[in-house]
Amino acid sequence: MAVLGSINPILTAGLDGDRTWRLADYVSRGGYKSLRRIFADNLTPGDVIAEVKKSVLRGRGGAGFPTGLKWSFMPRALPGEKYLICNSDEGEPGTFKDRDLLSGNPHAVIEGMVIAAYAMGATRGYNYIHGEIWSLYERFEEALAEARAAGFVGQNILGSDFSFELFAHHGYGAYICGEETALLESIEGKKGQPRFKPPFPASFGLYGQPTTINNTETLASVPFILSMGGDAFLEAGKANNGGPKLFSVSGHVNRPGNYEVPMGTPFSTLLEMAGGVRGGRKLKAVIPGGSSAPVVPADLMMECTMDYDSIAKAGSMLGSGAVIVMDETTCMVRALERLSYFYYEESCGQCTPCREGTGWLYKIIHRIENGQGVPEDLETLQRLTGNIMGRTICALGDAASMPVQSFLKHFRDEFQYHIEHRQCLVPVDVQRAGSTFFTASA
Amino acid sequence: MPEIEIDGQLVQAPEGATIMEVAEQLGVYIPHFCYHKKLSIAANCRMCLVQVEKAAKPVPACATPATNGMKVFTHSSLAVKAQQGVMEFLLINHPLDCPICDQGGECQLQDLAVGYGAGASHYQEEKRVVFHKDAGSLISMQEMSRCIHCTRCVRFGQEIAGVMEFGMANRTMHSEIVTFLGRSVDSELSGNMIDLCPVGALTSKPFRFAARSWELSRLPSISLHDSVGANLTVQARNHRVMRVLPRENEAVNECWISDRDRFSYEGLNSPERLTKPMIRVDGQLREVEWSVALDYAAHGLRDIVARHGADEIAALAAPWSTLEEMHLLQKVVRGLGSGNVDFRPRRYDYAPSGVPAGARWLGMRIAELNELDTALVVGSFVRKDIPLFAQRLRQAAKHNGTRVTLISLGNDDPLMAMHEHVVVAPSELPAALARVVKAAALQCRVPVPAGLEAIVPDIPSEAIATSLRVRGRSMIFLGRVAVQHPHAVQIHVLAQHLSDITGANLGFFGDSGNIVGGYLSGALPSARNARTMFTDPRRAYVMLGIEPELDCHNPQLTLAALRQADLRIVLSPFISEAMREYADVLLPVAPFTETSGTFVNAEGRVQSFKGVVRPLGEARPAWKVLRVLGNLLNLDGFDQESSEEVRDAVLPPETLIDGEFASGLDNGIKLPIDPAALVSAKGVFERVADVPIYFSDPLVRRAPALQKTRDAAPPTARMSARTLAEAGLVAGAPVRLRQESIAGSGEAVLTAALDDGVPDGCVRVSAAHPATAALGDMFGTIQVEPV
Repeated sequence: MAVLGSINPILTAGLDGDRTWRLADYVSRGGYKSLRRIFADNLTPGDVIAEVKKSVLRGRGGAGFPTGLKWSFMPRALPGEKYLICNSDEGEPGTFKDRDLLSGNPHAVIEGMVIAAYAMGATRGYNYIHGEIWSLYERFEEALAEARAAGFVGQNILGSDFSFELFAHHGYGAYICGEETALLESIEGKKGQPRFKPPFPASFGLYGQPTTINNTETLASVPFILSMGGDAFLEAGKANNGGPKLFSVSGHVNRPGNYEVPMGTPFSTLLEMAGGVRGGRKLKAVIPGGSSAPVVPADLMMECTMDYDSIAKAGSMLGSGAVIVMDETTCMVRALERLSYFYYEESCGQCTPCREGTGWLYKIIHRIENGQGVPEDLETLQRLTGNIMGRTICALGDAASMPVQSFLKHFRDEFQYHIEHRQCLVPVDVQRAGSTFFTASA
Repeated sequence: MPEIEIDGQLVQAPEGATIMEVAEQLGVYIPHFCYHKKLSIAANCRMCLVQVEKAAKPVPACATPATNGMKVFTHSSLAVKAQQGVMEFLLINHPLDCPICDQGGECQLQDLAVGYGAGASHYQEEKRVVFHKDAGSLISMQEMSRCIHCTRCVRFGQEIAGVMEFGMANRTMHSEIVTFLGRSVDSELSGNMIDLCPVGALTSKPFRFAARSWELSRLPSISLHDSVGANLTVQARNHRVMRVLPRENEAVNECWISDRDRFSYEGLNSPERLTKPMIRVDGQLREVEWSVALDYAAHGLRDIVARHGADEIAALAAPWSTLEEMHLLQKVVRGLGSGNVDFRPRRYDYAPSGVPAGARWLGMRIAELNELDTALVVGSFVRKDIPLFAQRLRQAAKHNGTRVTLISLGNDDPLMAMHEHVVVAPSELPAALARVVKAAALQCRVPVPAGLEAIVPDIPSEAIATSLRVRGRSMIFLGRVAVQHPHAVQIHVLAQHLSDITGANLGFFGDSGNIVGGYLSGALPSARNARTMFTDPRRAYVMLGIEPELDCHNPQLTLAALRQADLRIVLSPFISEAMREYADVLLPVAPFTETSGTFVNAEGRVQSFKGVVRPLGEARPAWKVLRVLGNLLNLDGFDQESSEEVRDAVLPPETLIDGEFASGLDNGIKLPIDPAALVSAKGVFERVADVPIYFSDPLVRRAPALQKTRDAAPPTARMSARTLAEAGLVAGAPVRLRQESIAGSGEAVLTAALDDGVPDGCVRVSAAHPATAALGDMFGTIQVEPV
């Protein structure tokens, strides 16, 4: 079962049972029809891109860049290899949607990749799957073998003169390898470190060749755009936020898991689908788009709908759609400490501000959490995030800074309380009551 | 050309230039650490952040291309705030131990911290500690906590040295510069990483804690170790050379020098320096006054002339002697009436007299190496023979697509993309080149030169010939092995034919520091050359700056000839055990740092230099010693007041091209091909003798740090698996090697080593080491037997 609940499902429609990832099952759900249609109806690459543009599909990896536009950047006419990369290095804390997609519907990803490759003239593709969940990688290899055998991938696909080789590739768990240029370095066998841009991957990507990198969910949406039409796909969501979206709801809810809902669904509906806040407690805050998205206080969040524009208006980002829910028992200092520790350990170490700054941030927050904070710390944190943001090659520095800035903005009193009283504003017994961790170990 | 504005100054930017490059051109300084003009752009230190109008964020000047209409502010408050922010981050984990740091006073971080750092740190947390590492005897990695992760050293390895010996392991604050699996750094260019390191993380091990940079004088000099003539800055204190650094000269050494150029200075302060004249009295060497020693030498020479004739005198100068020294030495010898003088001790085969002998040179300027389309290098262990030529060819192959081909005696990795790499036994080298000549002639449809009838081109030779023929600039280079080969003249003749057929030019790498200067100095034999003066032993020998037992082609012959002579005058900065045994007169002369003089490098560049310290003890500049000797012998033309006067007599300023290049350089040769040279040896083992980079001359042999490197490991007898089996040996077992010459036979016991890069039937035994000094010809037959 790929999702715990859905409204008008498209990506996860019909994913019941444990054989949904098999080719036969996918075909019986209407799979590879879009690909067949391309050759049957002689759709040109331009037609495909136009359809994707019409759907207003926006990148599901976090940045939300319009996919059709991104595809049109590829220099189609340029001779030589061109690469299409599927970014399945789902490393953002809170995000686990691509995992279920790859596990339940890998052929949608494969079909999406072949169609995307056709649209961009890509000759080779890689699906970069993170190494932590090994079975996903193995399953994808198996699905790929099925697709190859059936002639959906490889030389002269479906008897046409279009050829596209697709390979699975796995990482070893570095968060930074989800950054697209670090991912390219990693495929090339180098240390995963982001590249300075420009040049952008569309002109100088994998092995120096034109390359497009799309998220797993983005590519899995492509076959459905072609089968239902761009307009219908757009209408399945909301204006400027086309289609359905998978949300990974985690934290203090009764039924944490993946949910597929149309873009623009109210947050309250999503929360309800996830069983509401655990123990019927009060909602305190939500990180709506993965750990690097700014935190949004409960009252503000309850007014949001789940789409790029609404969340942006609330001062955060829809990101990858990882909704981290925190109830009233949460100590925000402790929560931020954990987030900062993640970025401290995952900075690639290349740029000075990020390499040194993420560690400094963590050490200060760690001190505050442990009753060693001093009043100047909050000022220092604010200043450091300003010195990290926008000063680095990739966005990891920003990702580390945004939680700090937003936590300080919305929950400054908790930090101040920690510094002044050397303990949590949320009493420890309340924290314990809200945490299975403490219950289990008590 | 885009027009951009930097701090209010309008400037035309070259196409594709970055803000950093344009600012540099304009004289606007943008602070930086990771940026280096010779390395790829990393943009990781973020120190060069500048404000660009209409850009949302500050941008790194090193990586941002200048585009038309761009307005850059390098000192606006936004830019400076960004730079100060980066500086704060750089310093939080830096130990700030400047008072005990070797880099103090010449540290980029220290300098920029003055401008961009705060008075006190806000960082109250624990600092990172990075463990020290051992990277060998040249680079100290004792204080790696100082590293700011600019990755210059990593990029230098990847891009310039051709081998990535440093890498940055781990992520985040745990990142650290490490060698691969803790191995040592063995590149022959490794010392440049000390210069590149902007902080005190990589420092010079020999120089460590020896002096402060501001206590040292900085004087220009020239390296003598190879024909590049690398420009040096020699730093000294209290008349002792403390350190050698590169002096930037884009046309010669760029901003690099080899480790040999950099660390050989340690030899200048060796305990083996000869500091007082000595003469042999009753079989014992005694220290005497200069006047006594010179009188003794002059009398001895005159006596030989009177009793046996001047032809009994022979003189041999080291090819790393200065132009002036070689000129005056030959003048003394010719003044006495002898024509037995030479400066090419490692040569075996000499062109017959009468062949027009212009100075053999590179055939082009050094900087043009980067622009070649094709380079065929014949007979060279190029990386270790001339590290900086190899470096230029590596860059050419990488950036310019130059097709580099090597025909050599071993498969030592040149660390560059090779078009072809042909490995042959020494006796097959002429034939291998002949195949290329014939292939070229057939491809070009010109008559095949006479003598090549029996030669059959193979696939590699066809490919090499094709690469030389295609349009563009092509060169054929003869390396050290090619000029020290028993058929050196025939190799030269074949290369000349190849040049004539393909239109590629011919050049010589030069097998030592001042080889072109030697040709120009007049120190060429009119009678016996550097080999025949020993095969036909003389009664008196004058040796200048050389250790004949190590520096001659056949030390066996040389020592035998020296032992039977009546008078052996040695002018040397050093005294060796062998000299104590054979020398009759030992005159302490100044090494290159203690005398003025001139080296002419491979491209003919005349580079004069002054002494940087005063001579040690009673050592004197050799040109002065020879001048006085000339006077004592009552010879004419020995009243020069300065070395410049000597130089100007040899190379009149008006004959110089552009005021800095010697004229009269010519690589042409016109001799018939001798088919006998094209026959390979059968049924014998052949010796392949390299001259290891750190044994190549007396100075470098006495540099302790270099002697501890991997390249200075004692010689072994390296053979392929097949050769080992044929000789009944196993790798690791001792092996007895024997070589014979007319002077008798000599042997050495070494360890057999497996090296499948050595051609079958060959034994690679390095020359220039005491362990192999008893052996004979460098490329002769050798007997191999288990001990």
